[in-house]
Amino acid sequence: MKAFLAILKRDIYLGLRQGGGAGAGLAFMLSVLVLIPIAVGPDQNLLQRLAPGVMWLALLLAVLLTSEKIFQQDFEDGTFDALVGANLPLELTVLAKALAHWISVSLPLALMAPFLGILINIDMSALAVLWMAMTLGSLALSLLASIGGAITAGLRRGGLLVALLVMPLYVPVLIFGLSATLAQNGPSGAGNSLIVLLALTMISLAIQPFAAAAALRAYLK
Amino acid sequence: MQVLANPHRFFTISNRILPFGWAATALAFAYGLYLALVASPADYQQGETVRIMYVHVPSASLALFIYVFMAIASAMALIFRHPLADSAAKVAAPLGAGFCFLALATGSLWGKPMWGTWWVWDARLTSMFVLMLLYLGYMAVWRAFDDPQRAASLARIVALVGVINIPIVKFSVDWWNTLHQPASILRKGGPAIDASILWPLAMMFVASALFFLCTHLLLLKNDVRARKLRAEQMKAMDKR
Repeated sequence: MKAFLAILKRDIYLGLRQGGGAGAGLAFMLSVLVLIPIAVGPDQNLLQRLAPGVMWLALLLAVLLTSEKIFQQDFEDGTFDALVGANLPLELTVLAKALAHWISVSLPLALMAPFLGILINIDMSALAVLWMAMTLGSLALSLLASIGGAITAGLRRGGLLVALLVMPLYVPVLIFGLSATLAQNGPSGAGNSLIVLLALTMISLAIQPFAAAAALRAYLK
Repeated sequence: MQVLANPHRFFTISNRILPFGWAATALAFAYGLYLALVASPADYQQGETVRIMYVHVPSASLALFIYVFMAIASAMALIFRHPLADSAAKVAAPLGAGFCFLALATGSLWGKPMWGTWWVWDARLTSMFVLMLLYLGYMAVWRAFDDPQRAASLARIVALVGVINIPIVKFSVDWWNTLHQPASILRKGGPAIDASILWPLAMMFVASALFFLCTHLLLLKNDVRARKLRAEQMKAMDKR
């Protein structure tokens, strides 16, 4: 447990202080937000319809773009060998690193994203549900991104491959993350979608340690 | 399965099977295509376009089946270290992607006259599209690494995570949007399709499946040879 917390703490500090984390992610999301009205036209009604989806996409891409950071750097400077030799199963090490990525990158972005939506005329009544869904979903986003990050840890330019591998895994998260916003005025309310989103997060939590650890072990041989 | 672990025995057995396999494939296709294109009736609503189904449905189901096969082979490689399992999964991927593409393309050609559009983001189309992406990702992993051993270990994970993902994607997009007709062959209370259409369909499925099996065996032989060749080349390099 001590080792787990130590890795968690180290990676959170690295994520917050090193740059290229949540701050760069925020700037990235802002730049996506500028392009959207330019791409589809400045019609306020259209932007309002698109807003929740656009915010989810921006969050998803920002998380994906930072996924390389989770393992690659440790891999290159040799820290990884020390982590493997540490008194902690690799499964827990990778979980700690994914959680650190969530706390230092995805979670702050998810907390901010709905409010950035104000720039594209997001429906204020949808804000609370969107905010909850994004907060919940961001953990799944980080966990799944870390699987992709682990698979491509030893590749020089794995960015496109990560996107190709992780995007299909993001489909269900995106669907239920958005359906929460759409369903909030319907008969069943947003609760069901949020519960499914929670289930997806739990599944990712169960799979991630084994998949990411197995991927990193492939590099050890 | 362990019998096939010896490459020599694998070659003996596959060489014995393949000629019969090809013959059966040719016969099945000849009979199946005759049934599908000539003998079966045109649909009273859809007219002749219904014949697209005889390629579309077998391709779609094989595309799914082959991914599951890849995942099982990957699991066997992981659990039993079967020497052929990684190669079996590797060479199945392009075939599965081919069937997947065929299903999407024929579906699109069918959709134009029937639905009035080449493509709609309906649930089944979307999940087949995602399946195509899974195939592409899997093949990209094999291509991304120089060391075949490392590529194999990573590709296994991709295949296994993908196979967990398939039902989840299926469930979520079904829930999301549905325009495509629901399953009409495998369902409670027997098939909802008339026998005059079901038989040609079954025959075409058998033919496509046989085609997959024979091509897969051929590609697997190729891959085993290529691996051996590589090993010999490496040895020769070491000596120099």
